[in-house]
Amino acid sequence: MAHYWQEIGALTLRWVRRLSREKFSMLFTLVQPMLFWLIFFGNLFQRAADVQVTQAPNYISFLAAGVVVMTVLNNGLAGGVDLLFDKENGFLERLMSAPIHRSSVILSRFIFVMTITSLQVLVILGIAFLFGVHPATGLAGVAMILLIGMLFGVGLTAISMAMAFSVKSHGDFFSVLGFLSLPMIFLSSALVPLTAMPGWMSVLAQFNPMTWAIDAVRPLILTGWSDALPHVGMAVVVMLIFDALCLYGGAKAFRRAMG
Amino acid sequence: MDRTIAIDVNRLCKSYDGHKAVDDLSFQVYAGEIFGLLGPNGAGKSTTLRTLITLLHPTSGSASVLGHDTVREADLVRTLFGYVPQERAIDRFLTGREHLELLGALYHLTKEEAGKRIAELLKLVELEAHADRPAKTYSGGMKRKLDIACGLLPNPKILFLDEPTLGLDVQSRLRIWDYIRMLKARGMTVVMTTNYLDEADQLCDRLAIIDSGKVKTIGSPAELKVALGGDIVSLTIKETARLGSLASALKGQPAIRAVNTTETGLDIRVESAEKALPVILEAANKLECRLDFIDYHRPRLDDVFIAHTGRSLKDAAPAEEHN
Repeated sequence: MAHYWQEIGALTLRWVRRLSREKFSMLFTLVQPMLFWLIFFGNLFQRAADVQVTQAPNYISFLAAGVVVMTVLNNGLAGGVDLLFDKENGFLERLMSAPIHRSSVILSRFIFVMTITSLQVLVILGIAFLFGVHPATGLAGVAMILLIGMLFGVGLTAISMAMAFSVKSHGDFFSVLGFLSLPMIFLSSALVPLTAMPGWMSVLAQFNPMTWAIDAVRPLILTGWSDALPHVGMAVVVMLIFDALCLYGGAKAFRRAMG
Repeated sequence: MDRTIAIDVNRLCKSYDGHKAVDDLSFQVYAGEIFGLLGPNGAGKSTTLRTLITLLHPTSGSASVLGHDTVREADLVRTLFGYVPQERAIDRFLTGREHLELLGALYHLTKEEAGKRIAELLKLVELEAHADRPAKTYSGGMKRKLDIACGLLPNPKILFLDEPTLGLDVQSRLRIWDYIRMLKARGMTVVMTTNYLDEADQLCDRLAIIDSGKVKTIGSPAELKVALGGDIVSLTIKETARLGSLASALKGQPAIRAVNTTETGLDIRVESAEKALPVILEAANKLECRLDFIDYHRPRLDDVFIAHTGRSLKDAAPAEEHN
């Protein structure tokens, strides 16, 4: 067990070091969701969005939940990228030829992605706070938001790693990534509530786990516990099923790639 | 000399989607020797090596390292060897020391053990002055030295090297060769893949020539050359269009063992140059082939390679290695 932690600790430290050496790209990944979605998109649609439809005091407060979950989505889907590069340049081979537990590399990646995502979510909630969005459920609600984000993020990161282990080239990886990300956002309740969507879109959106996560986070921010709890309960169930499926697929892809 | 078997590869096969990357391959490596797997890209060298480092499961057959099966006892086998992958397997954002620290933790060394060994290794590969710079600032030769230090970190009995000098300048190559010889002198068993003939010739105690997933021949460079016997006569002729007819005229002549056509002439394996030269000259005269150049020499490793694979290593199609 001590060996296991030693491996995971050292591997996680490597991810942290890599990130700290890529300050420029770190800044951009951090700032992008806030700048683009929350500040620009949120303010741009402030008057175009109908308060009757969004059922929120203003569009930014409606959008905040969506941006939080979008951040989880993007970080999760990109979570396997570093492993993809490791696979391509042979570093993964070097790691896996050492006498380590087969799961250490993957676990270190989960720990790293979850931690970075949580920090980013906190920053986004902080920025939203500055725009007057005060979570109705307080700090406990924020903790619940982080938990939902992590539950969703685990499955997404597993998908991303499964793809990293399966694709033939990194070109394929990034095409699939680009193809997945925006439709996942548009076919969810991130930007518009389901009730305001064209029928076929709202049907599709109901099959999107992202919708369930957002529908749980949104009342935590906007209304309060009594309204949020049923949604949170449903979201946790949906996320656990989602995670189980993704982890199963991820484990299969990993085993196939590692001989 | 110690004849303990360090590595035993027994009838190894590995197929990918019906394509046989390694096809019934067997060889043994003795403890304390430098053993080379020589062959063109796509010959199956990397597949064999990746089986030995436990990252590939054979389709059939087996491989063992110091008596331990690479599939059933993979965890144990991983503690026995050091591995030096091809040059790019470096994290450009980490410093040299951080690479070694990471591996120290993966081999479960304590901080003190790791610190001591890292200092020794950095000194050995002469990277002390650059240990705290990110690897992206390293030259090709420095990256290679770091790679070797990483492979040596577990203080292994066996070191696997994948194309150790691929793409290096001459000076760095010679330096790497020195390290490998020094490791052997310390009693380490070294197994390396290479597609450089001179490297195999200079460095390896024994080598296996591999082509299309099969071992074509195996032995020490000297043995392999002697086994070929006779001399090699090389011709360069002006009328390259008549190379074919000259080759067929020579084939089957008593003093001539084998004829191989090159781009500008012929490489002819003969019993002895004295007996064969008149025959060759006469045939060339008859066909009115004007000789540009003629020389004969003892067989070189290149000739061994041609004799066993039917082509020169330089001409072998650079097929993509299966990853």
